[in-house]
Amino acid sequence: MSDDSGGFLATGLGRSLANNWAAFFLLLMLVVFSMTGQNFLSIVNFQNVVHLQTVPLLLAAAETFVIISGGIDLSIGFVMGLVSVSAARLMQAFLASGLPVGWVIVLASGIVLVGSLIPGLINGIIITRFKVPPFIATMGMWGIANGLALKLCQGFPVAGLPDALPEMGNGYFLYALPGQFMSLFGKPSWFPDARVRELWRLIPFSLPFILAILAVLAFALKRKRFGRHTYAIGGSMDAAVRSGIDVDRHVIKIYTLSSFLAGIAGVFNIFQTGIGNYTTFSAMYELFAVAAVIIGGASLSGGKGRVWSSAVGVLVLAFLENGLAISGVQPFYRYIAVGVLLVIAVVIDKLFPNLR
Amino acid sequence: MEYVLETRDIVKRFGGLTAVDRVSIGVEAGEVLALLGDNGAGKSTLIKLISGVYRPDEGEILMGGKTVRIESPIDALAAGIETIYQDLALAENLDVGANIFLGRERMKRSLGVLKVLDDPSMALEAQKVLDRLDIHIPSLKSTIKTLSGGQRQAVAISRSIYWDAKVLIMDEPTAALGIAEQRKVLNLVRTLKDQGIAIIIISHQMYDVFEVADRLAVMRRGVKVGERVVKDTSPDEVVGLIVGSETVGKH
Repeated sequence: MSDDSGGFLATGLGRSLANNWAAFFLLLMLVVFSMTGQNFLSIVNFQNVVHLQTVPLLLAAAETFVIISGGIDLSIGFVMGLVSVSAARLMQAFLASGLPVGWVIVLASGIVLVGSLIPGLINGIIITRFKVPPFIATMGMWGIANGLALKLCQGFPVAGLPDALPEMGNGYFLYALPGQFMSLFGKPSWFPDARVRELWRLIPFSLPFILAILAVLAFALKRKRFGRHTYAIGGSMDAAVRSGIDVDRHVIKIYTLSSFLAGIAGVFNIFQTGIGNYTTFSAMYELFAVAAVIIGGASLSGGKGRVWSSAVGVLVLAFLENGLAISGVQPFYRYIAVGVLLVIAVVIDKLFPNLR
Repeated sequence: MEYVLETRDIVKRFGGLTAVDRVSIGVEAGEVLALLGDNGAGKSTLIKLISGVYRPDEGEILMGGKTVRIESPIDALAAGIETIYQDLALAENLDVGANIFLGRERMKRSLGVLKVLDDPSMALEAQKVLDRLDIHIPSLKSTIKTLSGGQRQAVAISRSIYWDAKVLIMDEPTAALGIAEQRKVLNLVRTLKDQGIAIIIISHQMYDVFEVADRLAVMRRGVKVGERVVKDTSPDEVVGLIVGSETVGKH
């Protein structure tokens, strides 16, 4: 089947609809939930959803590169947990040694971010040098990272970290009480904590943070040689090899990037929650990341996908959960909806193979 | 005349199997050499040795009379040896320009600092090389996926000659094409030949060989069993060489 098979698809509207159906679906969902759920359509709710999706957005971006290259990375969820727990343990140790809080945070975060390159590097080397399928190689890391994280934290979230972490991670650029006062980067200290919900809080710190990361990644994918080669490897491994691209090296870089982004997610997680969380099995971060990427229009056979589309995929899943909950629908329907959406995404991919 | 590309007693073994056994071939500028042989005769292995996919166990490869070390596809490309495989090895999800420049992308500075892909200039160059070969493709922005077999072949050929190939190796260039497109590709081969490129063609189609080739070399079980000037031989004699009964057609 090609895109001139259907008259509608030949039109500009048809094409852009089929190409960006996830975005249209997201809009449709926002409209419907605005009618069915009280307070769904509010800045507070939207800010909350996006803020809480910072981690899934990072993981979906990581998975986007891997999936475009024709692979899959199952380890990102547990690598994130391992990084969180490691950072928390390091912070505890640094605090105990009497280091100033600022240094504790910067040093621990820096060390674990560098360390987060290692799982991906190992994944990449195992996949390229030993020709282990990515599914298996990263599933190995899935187990290893999970085990290491649980060993490090002994099965409990790591607490006793600086209060500054969640204050920064959940802070907003602007705080205001209409007609009375306005302050930047934090609420005035005289304003009681108990009444913080009365404040207008606008633009969470996490928003420009995640937008900047996604923008850099989207740019690298679309405008840099790195991205072009990623598409080429996923589109045709032979073409990539024969045109002289060092495919092994590139694939190692992609898995390393993936695990680094999981590392950023792990560090962000500490800032968001104020504790070092290990990743639970039921979280299924990696599977939701894959689902988001596929809903965003990528193909598991590789060669297709976009960073912003994957972000739309994350938001589709997030607003689905949020909107259903606000509309009073029992939460397990969400899983059914996710399943249906996922299959629809793949069917669309198969029906219109020439879309990108 | 001197060979542009030459192999001397080149050998490749896979375990106990000798896929290419002391084969010496050469091709001159503006000449088309056809490489013939039955399935498993070692043609493809020989081609992969020349294009750097495999490394030879023995023997040497010469370019312009000088020994060159070809240990990877990049070495071959750098030496001016371009190969078009039967499957073309195009990235179907990328457009024409991106394919022609794959692995050797043109970059420009955006806002004076960041180096980014220069897609407009790559598309322009793609158009130029397609014009030079008199190839028409509806839209350079369309992905390879949407092109016909002949158009894909044309893109693959354009990619090769854009990089000033001295030697062009084509593996079954007409195998997957319709009659009209076969003609076009053979015409392309003549155009390239006139532009002074040395061409090696692997083909099963005797018609193609007698249509465009100047010389032919026949392989059987890894060994070169014969070499003929095309105008001094006949399809019958060539078939005899391929299947191993030189007497076929002699009566």
